[in-house]
Amino acid sequence: MSNIYYLPTHEYARVEGNVAYIGISAYAAAQLGNVVYVDMPETGDDVEAGEDFGAIESVKAASDLFAPVSGAVVEINEELIDNPRLVNEDPEAHWIIKVEMSDPSQLDTLLSPEAYAAHCEAEKH
Amino acid sequence: MNRTLYDKLIFDCSHPGRRGFDLPSYPYPDALAGLPQHLMRGDAPVLPEVDELTVVRHYTNQSTNNFGVDTGFYPLGSCTMKYNPKLGDAMAASPTVAALHPRQPAATVQGALMIYRTLEYMLAQIGGMEEFTLNPYAGAHGELTGLMVIRAYHIDRGDHGRRRVIVPDSAHGTNPASAAMCGYEVSEVRSLADGTVDLTDLAAKLGDDVAAVMLTNPNTTGTFERGIPEIARMVHECGALLYYDGANLNPMLGVARPGDMGFDVMHVNLHKTFATPHGGGGPGAGPVGVRAGLERFLPNPRVVQLADGTFDVVADSADAMGRISSWLGNYTVYIRALAYILTLGAEGISQVGPLATLNANYVMHRLSDLYELPIPGPCKHEFVFDGLRDKSTGVTTLNVAKRLLDFGFHAPTIYFPLLFHESLMIEPTETESLETLDAFVEVMRAIAREASESPATVKDAPHDTPCRRPDDTEAALHPKVTYKDWCDAAV
Repeated sequence: MSNIYYLPTHEYARVEGNVAYIGISAYAAAQLGNVVYVDMPETGDDVEAGEDFGAIESVKAASDLFAPVSGAVVEINEELIDNPRLVNEDPEAHWIIKVEMSDPSQLDTLLSPEAYAAHCEAEKH
Repeated sequence: MNRTLYDKLIFDCSHPGRRGFDLPSYPYPDALAGLPQHLMRGDAPVLPEVDELTVVRHYTNQSTNNFGVDTGFYPLGSCTMKYNPKLGDAMAASPTVAALHPRQPAATVQGALMIYRTLEYMLAQIGGMEEFTLNPYAGAHGELTGLMVIRAYHIDRGDHGRRRVIVPDSAHGTNPASAAMCGYEVSEVRSLADGTVDLTDLAAKLGDDVAAVMLTNPNTTGTFERGIPEIARMVHECGALLYYDGANLNPMLGVARPGDMGFDVMHVNLHKTFATPHGGGGPGAGPVGVRAGLERFLPNPRVVQLADGTFDVVADSADAMGRISSWLGNYTVYIRALAYILTLGAEGISQVGPLATLNANYVMHRLSDLYELPIPGPCKHEFVFDGLRDKSTGVTTLNVAKRLLDFGFHAPTIYFPLLFHESLMIEPTETESLETLDAFVEVMRAIAREASESPATVKDAPHDTPCRRPDDTEAALHPKVTYKDWCDAAV
């Protein structure tokens, strides 16, 4: 059983215990191109599953970031403030926010890596 | 030209002590004595020290680094970079216009006010609207003004529950931005595979909390929204108004009118459709038109024709939103737009749209074997490729756009609309000759061949421009926008 889950909007939640590391998928990072800015919430903020919690801006476009799960932000990835390009280097290692999940059952509504890969394939037309 | 010598910043051409002129010593040493000390500068200003010939060469060379529609083909999709006839500039520069002062009594500027009122009338005829205001400064300003009219309309009839504005996912970014600026929440409606609005999704999003639906027609994929009568019916049924974003009015000029399609409020971009300058700061103008019943909400001031035939500037509508620009807006733009309309006449105007459409379809047809066409034509005034057909080369839309610069063409709009990953949006406009279109097509075909045969040539482009490929990421992260930033970074 994998511990990584996806939204169709290309965010992932990598789960360790009751904590979810939230970032964008490698596919999304490749489509965006070079990331120049990541707009993040603050530690202590609450995020709501399916709602936007920030935005990511690349040389091509700006996109909202959606939370795969609800919970409180316990940490933001401060490395991305000065070096947003890390998202392009390894998007799954460089998560954006770390969330203490309030309802882990929400994970059941998310896509498995296989289902997400199929979703990306379909999106390529 | 020798770029090493003269193509630097003028400060970098400087040599201490070099002078273009010897000025006589200042003959009135006491003249400044009366000035307060805190208004006096302690040090001499830091100015470049250069001879006159260097100054002339530097600025003459700089002036040739500009690219505009007067120097070459500019197929920037969604921007309608058509030729701006010089007659308009001559009219706007005429002292009878340029020397006027906005505070002059109306009796002394009757001609200027007649021009203003005539243009409003012409735009109302072209748009199928009851009344226009010319005041907004640009397209986005027009959108905001139009939405403020819509908000005033809802509030006037006591309906305070409308908090949402609906825009399609193909919309220009200004639509959601203007709606948010006007205090509305934005809902997005999906597009179908052919680029048009998904009516099922629209029906699901409509409701009695919707103030307006904003549409661009033809939309940003260059496709005509065939569902407009149905959309207008649905929007009006739920009590909302239908807004027409005039960014793509060009192909409909003299052929179809937003007012006849059921739109309630619209803006036009004089700097696109009506051949006034844009790019490099314009200035632009985004007049707003409304259907009958909404005129009283338009902003003050207004130009009116009195019973005796004379014109006056008034601010007499109690329901008007007030001022949204200084004076009457960007006046000299109106001169150019009216000159354009009168030059073409009704017959000429009605040829603009068909010719713009013909040119776009010609280019699309001649390139669609090499470039991927996600929405099969026919298109209207513009169309979108989703990059090269052959994706195996790794050559992206950005690379193609950069390579075009080596051939002396401005790049098309890239990575917009957001519906496709490799959008390349081409709008030739009606003002281009067959020879220019053919030359562009041949270059685009040559680039597609290069992408297969020598992809590095395309990926490293441009090769022949004064500035090669800038580091977009670094520029966005650490912008150097002044000479001082540049010096600080160089240290």
